[in-house]
Amino acid sequence: MLKVPYVTNYLSEHFAEDDYPTLEGYLRRGGYAAARKAITQMTPDQVIDVVKASGLQGRGGAGFPTGLKWSFMPKTTDKPKYLACNADESEPGSFKDRILLERAPHKLLEGILIAAWATQAQTTFIYCRGEYAFPAAQLARAIDEAYAKGYLGKRVMGSRFSHEVVLMLGAGAYIAGEETGLLESLEGKMAKPRKKPPFPAEHGAFGMPTTVNNVETFCHVPHIIGNGAAWFKGFGTEKSPGTTIFGVSGHVVRPGLYELPLGTRLDEIVFEHAGGLSAGRKVKGVIPGGMSMPILPAGQLDVPMANEFLRERKTMLGTGGIMVMDDTTCMVRAGWVITYFFRDESCGQCTQCREGTGWMHKIFERIERGAGSRGDLEILLDVASKMDGQTICAFADAAAWPVQGLLRHFREDFEAHVSHGKCPFPQSFEL
Amino acid sequence: MVISAETRARIDLEIAKYPKRRGALLPTLHLVQEELGHISLDTAKEVAEIFAIAPVEVMEVVTFYNMFFDRPQGRHHVYVCTNLPCSLRGARGLLRELEKHLGVQTGETTPDGRITLGHEECLGACAYAPMMRIDGKYHEDLDVDEAKRIVDALR
Ligand SMILES: Cc1cc2nc3c(=O)[nH]c(=O)nc-3n(C[C@H](O)[C@H](O)[C@H](O)COP(=O)(O)O)c2cc1C
Ligand code: SF4
Ligand code: FES
Repeated sequence: MLKVPYVTNYLSEHFAEDDYPTLEGYLRRGGYAAARKAITQMTPDQVIDVVKASGLQGRGGAGFPTGLKWSFMPKTTDKPKYLACNADESEPGSFKDRILLERAPHKLLEGILIAAWATQAQTTFIYCRGEYAFPAAQLARAIDEAYAKGYLGKRVMGSRFSHEVVLMLGAGAYIAGEETGLLESLEGKMAKPRKKPPFPAEHGAFGMPTTVNNVETFCHVPHIIGNGAAWFKGFGTEKSPGTTIFGVSGHVVRPGLYELPLGTRLDEIVFEHAGGLSAGRKVKGVIPGGMSMPILPAGQLDVPMANEFLRERKTMLGTGGIMVMDDTTCMVRAGWVITYFFRDESCGQCTQCREGTGWMHKIFERIERGAGSRGDLEILLDVASKMDGQTICAFADAAAWPVQGLLRHFREDFEAHVSHGKCPFPQSFEL
Repeated sequence: MVISAETRARIDLEIAKYPKRRGALLPTLHLVQEELGHISLDTAKEVAEIFAIAPVEVMEVVTFYNMFFDRPQGRHHVYVCTNLPCSLRGARGLLRELEKHLGVQTGETTPDGRITLGHEECLGACAYAPMMRIDGKYHEDLDVDEAKRIVDALR
């Protein structure tokens, strides 16, 4: 079981209590009251309006406004409508959904119920990464309990609303986290992302209108319905309300999870909450939002963790996975590891992505070995710029951005490899 | 027939959950692999019959996903995560030590068929690195000695 966050807030306040994952424990702390309120006292449109007014943005990486997404679901259709919960969490550096699955499975189910009422969805498919055997087992137990006590299934809580939940395990593919790759995988196929349009709200899982949301996104919803949009906007920034559960990893004294309002400064998270670096070490760079997001150099950590501020520094919040690298770190090695990942996980449908990720890794390999040339840096930038925004899904952008970030801020590391003819960072992490 | 009647019954329960039969293909492959250890071409043919699709469609799915195997594996799977946060905290050094300790390269199985050693991408345990996943269970905050002790205890 994952350690509870070092700093808690409304999402994680009960995580240290052993009975919280059980239905009884959840009910004892006010659980399912928001779902009851939504289903028995609010119309679906009223629920959507509150979520819109709250300003909640998706926590799966893209930050899309949740209420707006729900409103895309067709109102008049004779087709069954579905929700998909994205529990594929595979973005390197991210482990927040895992703790929500492990410690708050009923909070997730309650959020799903409210979303299902709002969109009038018949079934939710929860797609959980296959490696999360324990979190998935916690969730499966919670689903069984919820069915047994009438919180799921026919006539939820005695109302006229019925909702089914199906839990499916993935089988190890990063691209299955992309929302249309996820839908393909749900249908028993290779997780190759679909061309859009049509968008999932029109043609989603099994060809039916579908809304896809991240685990954490769903988990904010009971709090918003229970306490109101104004309450929610009391956390975070004006444009990015609420908290998120940041995951801090790498060279810090206290790696772990921290639930903090959006807009908390990155340097505060790294140095105050996560305890800074070990004695004598300094920060070299920090990846602020999971591996797809461009790195920031030590001098730019005075940034509030919200997209409106991070964008000014050419990076994004992503999934809030913060990776800290100290001054021993070789940024070419970091790039080697990053490009290895993207080369292996590309689904191969688009030439630019399939070839580009392979080329980028090959060039990193060459530079790290000391066999690179000055021209290689320009080739890298050229390959990356050709991948950005030209493909079926955003994976190719996600692969290009970190490379562009490394070259933007750590060009001297690359040049030092070329001029020394070998890696000039003997103390760097082992490759 | 390679798939047991028991597993077949569990497959039918999965099929009932999805609006289209094929939705149960991944759950089926998990069940079949749990029983047989890997998914051979013969197994794929049987699975294909259940879903009324071509065997090649089953094999495509098997090879697309990292957690499915089309050939026999060791009795235990030991995977070290080598993605960036884990690498920053020594995961690759740990993997090298395990290679030496077990006398195999990453991706290989010990001659006695006891352990297949592998590496994986981020497993959602980045703050507790280095870590390894053994037969579905996570072992976190490892050092080399502890990791060796854990693999030695596998039979
Ligand atoms: C390559 C790629 C991988 C992704 N992986 C995940 C993932 O593991 N989990 C997730 O929730 N969203 C992931 N996303 C984002 C989803 O496509 C989608 O935007 C999200 O699930 C929507 O939920 P939200 O609006 O609640 O954030 C990924 C996107 C891309 C392009
Ligand atoms: S961009 Fe890459 S991952 Fe996305 S569909 Fe194209 S090849 Fe596949
Ligand atoms: S990088 Fe190893 S668990 Fe995330």
